[in-house]
Amino acid sequence: MTRRGRLVLFLAAAAVVAVLLVAAFLGLPQFGGSHHPYGDRAVRAAFAHHTANAVAAVNFDQRAFDTLGEESILFAAVLGAMVLLRQTTGERRRPPRRARVSPPIRRLGMVMLPVALLVGLYVVAHGQITPGGGFQGGVVVATALHLLYVAADYGALERIRPLSPYEIGDAAGEAAYVVTGISTVLAGSAFLTNVLPLGTFGTLTSGGTVVLLNAAVGMEVACGVVVLLASFLDQAVEIEAPPGNNGAGPAEAAGGGGNA
Amino acid sequence: MTLLPYLVAGWIFLIGVYGLVTSRNLIHTVGCLSVTQSSTYVLLLAIGYRDGGTAPVYAALPKDARVVDPVVQALTLTDIVVGATVTALLLALVTQLHKRHGTVDPDELLALKG
Amino acid sequence: MTDALIVVALLLVAVTATAAVLNREPLRQALVLSFLGLALALLFAFVQAPDVSLSQLAVGSAVTPLMIVLTVRKVRGGSGNDARKEEER
Repeated sequence: MTRRGRLVLFLAAAAVVAVLLVAAFLGLPQFGGSHHPYGDRAVRAAFAHHTANAVAAVNFDQRAFDTLGEESILFAAVLGAMVLLRQTTGERRRPPRRARVSPPIRRLGMVMLPVALLVGLYVVAHGQITPGGGFQGGVVVATALHLLYVAADYGALERIRPLSPYEIGDAAGEAAYVVTGISTVLAGSAFLTNVLPLGTFGTLTSGGTVVLLNAAVGMEVACGVVVLLASFLDQAVEIEAPPGNNGAGPAEAAGGGGNA
Repeated sequence: MTLLPYLVAGWIFLIGVYGLVTSRNLIHTVGCLSVTQSSTYVLLLAIGYRDGGTAPVYAALPKDARVVDPVVQALTLTDIVVGATVTALLLALVTQLHKRHGTVDPDELLALKG
Repeated sequence: MTDALIVVALLLVAVTATAAVLNREPLRQALVLSFLGLALALLFAFVQAPDVSLSQLAVGSAVTPLMIVLTVRKVRGGSGNDARKEEER
């Protein structure tokens, strides 16, 4: 099909979809309205399980099984990307050049790195009481580590980041979630039921299994994102196509090694 | 005002799909897909909003406070993180395609196949 | 007041999303995508969703654009097919 034909077909279809969407929007509950049957029930259930952050209660208690599914998608996606981005035969590894970083940036990065890391861990740990949790905090922890790439260089990042512990951590996070679920079965209730002591409302240990599942997700997300970014950085900075592939050499050899 | 958030969600969806259809670079296509995805976030959170409500976090709130819907927020927040890893998977596929065929233009890839 | 902020954030999201799609050059698109991520994070904060806002801020404005930039770098630097075409233009 030609480009033009494709565009015409899209515009026709989009017009129909747009009309249907507007019709559907007119039938939706009003924006800002007060009819939220599921929300009200979710909040009541969160209170019953002493979880101050109702969003965390929905994710790790009421919909814990769905979150296992989401986590598994994440796990599979990270695994797939890792396999696709590994070094293939014929590709060479080129040690990146040392890049010079201006001293103010280096100092700022060195100060920000522990702060960002701590904030990330705080966000994971307090997921059941304040906004945050494993999903958000995990990403913050993973990106915090990469401040080292900005502040120093790729070599420094590689030294503090041997990949295998992170790969294991990714798998261990997924496994911990499943093991928690199986333990609840062994304790005599359904898969992923909240069976632990619920604790005092609003404290760090409140919410029963929410705490454990939250930590498991935090570990998996943090390790998964580190592994992902590492694979992409490896491909972009270090791994080179073999000479002669597609009739082209390393076109950008001179530009490699520095900060992207 | 009452319909605007929904219309914005619909607009983001349609413009994102337009980008997908007309894209000439697979990396750009993946970017458009992540735009399309964000329309669902806007739609879900718009449905969950409640006038004068606060965030559904009761650490410092009275228990009868008026809050917005936590269910849609939970749906959205996990999807954002999981969506990013799926984007990564797609970008990894694009990298592989480029290694094998030396191009990231979908039309050229089609021509190679035919 | 909140309503006004929500309307502004919604319009900002719509504009940045459109710009992200219409920027055909992947590197520029990555930059616009990070603005879209920021705009979405703002919008989510205004509709009282701090959890989602945090998540969007970390992912949308940092991780996704970074991965796109790295992919572009790989594709441009890897083999010369695209680079050569770029030169011909």
